Amino acid sequence: MRKIAIAVSLSIFIGFLIATAFLIHPFGYPPSEMDDYIIENTQSETGANNAVTAVIFDYRGFDTLGEATILFTAVTGVVMLFRAKKKREK
Amino acid sequence: MMSKIVRTMASFLILFVLIYGLYIIMHGHSTPGGGFQGGAVVASGVALLIVAFGSHSIHRSLLERRLSILISIGLLIFIGLAFGGMAKTFFYNFLVGSPIFGHIPPSGPNPGEMSSGGVIPIMDIGVGLNVAGGLSAILLVMALATTVMEVEE
Repeated sequence: MRKIAIAVSLSIFIGFLIATAFLIHPFGYPPSEMDDYIIENTQSETGANNAVTAVIFDYRGFDTLGEATILFTAVTGVVMLFRAKKKREK
Repeated sequence: MMSKIVRTMASFLILFVLIYGLYIIMHGHSTPGGGFQGGAVVASGVALLIVAFGSHSIHRSLLERRLSILISIGLLIFIGLAFGGMAKTFFYNFLVGSPIFGHIPPSGPNPGEMSSGGVIPIMDIGVGLNVAGGLSAILLVMALATTVMEVEE
């Protein structure tokens, strides 16, 4: 029973993957003009030569704020966990 | 604690690792790299020190309390600069055109220069401090915990 369920869900998943691979837009022709805008206007708008860093820190700074907060929370959790263990074992 | 050869080579190589990490952080706006990548390189230097010298001797000079100060300063720089552009929008690049990091390069390929990018280099420094301190703190605390377990066994 469990093997049948695994087989059915895996075949559905692989079917979706194959269908997506055929339906995806061709390589080099993106569906939007956003990347052309970023490539043309990065240097004049942000003054940075590296467009990737300009996107990360300027156009999508909010995303980076979330990443930094996630890292901060992860560090807080790890330090809290291992510090408590060390004190208990002494 | 490893052998004397490993310790000598580690104390020699850590200089180059740290300088490479700082280079990646500081040149994030003109060459590939940035705060996250440079911070990870700096943290890998701390990992080299921990492997070579043992976590207890590193912990004597590099407390996780001080590393948490680094993390907080990095995040405060980042969020403060994000609020600094609040006159227009959140995360507006308000330093472009000003004397601090404000030079606008000509469009197209150019050699790049340090004083460009607006708030991006300063945000790179903030995120670099955050990531370097955070990953170093995780490595140090985990290495300390494993040595405590080995002593118990």
